[in-house]
Amino acid sequence: MREVYLDNNATTRVDEAVFEEMRPYFCELYGNPSSMHFFGGQVQTKVDEARKRVAALLGALPEEIIFTACGTESDNTAIRSALEVFPEKRHIITTRVEHPAVLTMCRNLGKRGYRVTELNVDGEGRLDLDDLKKAVDDDTVLVSIMYANNETGVIFPIEEIGAIVKEKGALFHTDAVQAVGKIPLDMARSTIDMLSLSGHKLHAPKGIGVLYLRKGVPFRPFLVGGHQEKNRRAGTESTASIIALGKACELAGQFIEDENTRVIVMRDRLEKELLALIPNGRINGGKAERLPNTLSIALEFVEGEAILLLLSEHGICASSGSACTSGSLEPSHVLRAMGVPFTCAHGSIRFSLSRFTTDAEIDLVIRELPPIIRHLREMSPFGREFLSA
Amino acid sequence: MWDYSDKVKEHFLHPRNVGDIADADAVGEVGSLACGDALKLFIKLDDKKERIVDAKFQTFGCGSAIASSSALTEMIKGKTLDDALRVTNKEIADFLGGLPEEKMHCSVMGQEALEVAIAKFRGVTVELHDHEHAEQGGEIVCKCFGLTELFLKKVIAANKLHTAEQVTNFTKAGGGCGGCIPMIKELIAEVLGEKPQEERKRPEKLTNLRKMQLIQDVLEKEIKPQLWADGGDLELIDIAGNEVQIAFRKACAGCASSGFTAKFVEQKLRDLVSVDITVEEVEG
Repeated sequence: MREVYLDNNATTRVDEAVFEEMRPYFCELYGNPSSMHFFGGQVQTKVDEARKRVAALLGALPEEIIFTACGTESDNTAIRSALEVFPEKRHIITTRVEHPAVLTMCRNLGKRGYRVTELNVDGEGRLDLDDLKKAVDDDTVLVSIMYANNETGVIFPIEEIGAIVKEKGALFHTDAVQAVGKIPLDMARSTIDMLSLSGHKLHAPKGIGVLYLRKGVPFRPFLVGGHQEKNRRAGTESTASIIALGKACELAGQFIEDENTRVIVMRDRLEKELLALIPNGRINGGKAERLPNTLSIALEFVEGEAILLLLSEHGICASSGSACTSGSLEPSHVLRAMGVPFTCAHGSIRFSLSRFTTDAEIDLVIRELPPIIRHLREMSPFGREFLSA
Repeated sequence: MWDYSDKVKEHFLHPRNVGDIADADAVGEVGSLACGDALKLFIKLDDKKERIVDAKFQTFGCGSAIASSSALTEMIKGKTLDDALRVTNKEIADFLGGLPEEKMHCSVMGQEALEVAIAKFRGVTVELHDHEHAEQGGEIVCKCFGLTELFLKKVIAANKLHTAEQVTNFTKAGGGCGGCIPMIKELIAEVLGEKPQEERKRPEKLTNLRKMQLIQDVLEKEIKPQLWADGGDLELIDIAGNEVQIAFRKACAGCASSGFTAKFVEQKLRDLVSVDITVEEVEG
C-alpha cells in the first residue's frame, strides 16, 4: 500500500536532493572538520557552506547559527543559558500550548524555585498580548513563546511579542520548529534573541537542529568539553546531517512560496470539503492566523485513535490530539488550553501537508474520511443519539 | 503505534454485534464523552430469564475499546447470567490475544458494563465509576475520571496490581492530574496487605545522631522501595536539624507529580521519625 503522508508536522520525508548532498560524507568524506589535514579541512568547508545556507533562510549571520542535535536540545539550551546569564532574575514566561521541550523544562524550573507564568490562549488558540504586558516585569529573565503551534498551526504575533519583551529587557526565545520554511523570517530585522529549528521538519534528516543566537546576546553552553561551534556547543559536528540541513534550508527558501500558494490551497480545499461532508465538525484555531500546511479538525462523538486506525487502512497517515494516541489519558494540553468542547476534544484529527502532497492525496482523504466518521458515529452511543436527532 | 494483536485489529475493523436491542432485558452504560470512552451494552434473555440469547453494543472509544466490546458480546452470548458475571476483564483481553497494558482499562470497561447491566436487571446496585454514581462506591479517589475507592480496590484485587502505573493502565485512575497517585499507592498496600511500615512507631525521644540515622533508615527501607516500584528514586542530599533535603532521580526527576511525592516523603518521615520534620526538594 502506498502511503498518503499527511503528518508532516510530526516529521517529513528527506528530500532526495538533500540525501544526495549528505551521502558522500559517510563513507568517503568522513573527516573531522577540526583536523589539521586536508581531509578534515574539505569537510570544514562544506560545514561552513551549510551554516551560510541556514543563515540565509533565517536572514541571519553565519556566526549566529549553532548546530545542535534536535529542536529539543535547542529549546533546552536557550532556556538554561538565559538563566545562567542572569542568575539574579527568577521569572520565566511561556504559554500553556508550548511544545513539551519548552513547557516541561519550564515546569521543572517552577519546582526549583523559579516563578513561571504560563500565558493562556483563547478558544481559537490566540494569546492576549495584554496578559503578556501585565506578566513581564524587571524580574523576568526569559520569555519563550513558540512561533507556530504544532497541533493547530496557530501563529503567534512574534514580533509584537518581542517588542513587549524587549521593553522590559528580558531575553526572547522562540521555538520556530514548525514555522521555519513556511513563514519568511528575517532575523536582521527581528526582536528574537534565540530561535530553535529542527531539520526533520523541513525535509532534512532526524537528529539535527539549530539554535539561532543573536550576535551580542550573552550565552552559556549546555554541552561543554570541546571548542566546536565557537565553544557554544561541544561535541564533534554531525557533519553529514549539518550538510543535509544546509541543503534543506536552501530548498526551503525556494519552496516557501509554494507552501503559501499551492500547499495552502490544498489545505483550504481539504478543510472546506470535510466541513461540508461531515456534520458537526469544527476547525481548531480556524479563526486564527495559521500555518499554510496545517489542518486540525475536531469531530463530535468519535474518538481520534479509532479514526486514525481506519484512515491507516487506506494508507492515510494523520495524527490526533486524542488521549488514546498520545499514550496519556487526557486530550492534548493544547486542545485543553483552548477549551475545545469535551464532545469533540477526543475526536480531533490533524492533517499536515508538505510540498510533496498532491491533489490526488487530498481527494482520497475527502473520499475516505466522511464514511469513516459516519461508521464510528453509528457505533458510538452519543453519535447514534446525534444521528437520530 | 500500539502493538495490537491481529485479533484486536480484526474485531476493531469488523466489530460483531454493533447496534441495539429494542426489547432488551438489561442495558448497562459506563463511561462518558468527557472520559474519552463509553460503552452501552444491551442484553436479551431467554424466556426463563436465565440465559443470554443476544447481546449488542455501542461504543465510543479507541480501537481496543471497540474490540473489547465486540469480544465481550461474543463471549457472553449463550451464557447464564451467573456464568456471564464470572467473565473477568483478563478473559476479555485473553480472548483478543492480549491487550497492550496501557489499554487494559478497555477490557475493564467491558466487564463493568456487563456487571451494571446484570445488576440493573436483578434490581441491585453496583459501584459505578462515574461522577453521578459516586456515592455508591465510597470516597472518590481519582477526581479526573471519577473513580471510587471501592471500584479501584476491586480492580487491584482482581488483577493483582502492585504499582500505581498498573492501576492507571487498568482503570485510568491517576492518568489525569496525577494528584491521587499517593492515595492509589495506599490502596494497593491495603489490598495486597503490604503494610510493613505500620509496624514502625515514632520514637518518643531522639538524639540528633539517632534522628539522622532513623531518617536515613526510613528513606532506605520504607520510602525508596515505593518509588522504585514506579521506576523512580530519590537521593538524600542533606539533613540540617529537622530540615531534610532530597533530590528526585530517574522517573521521579521531572515528574509532574513530584510535588506530591515530596509531600508523601515528608508525611512518612513525620509519622515514623519526628512530627517537626520538613522535606525540601532541591537540585542535587
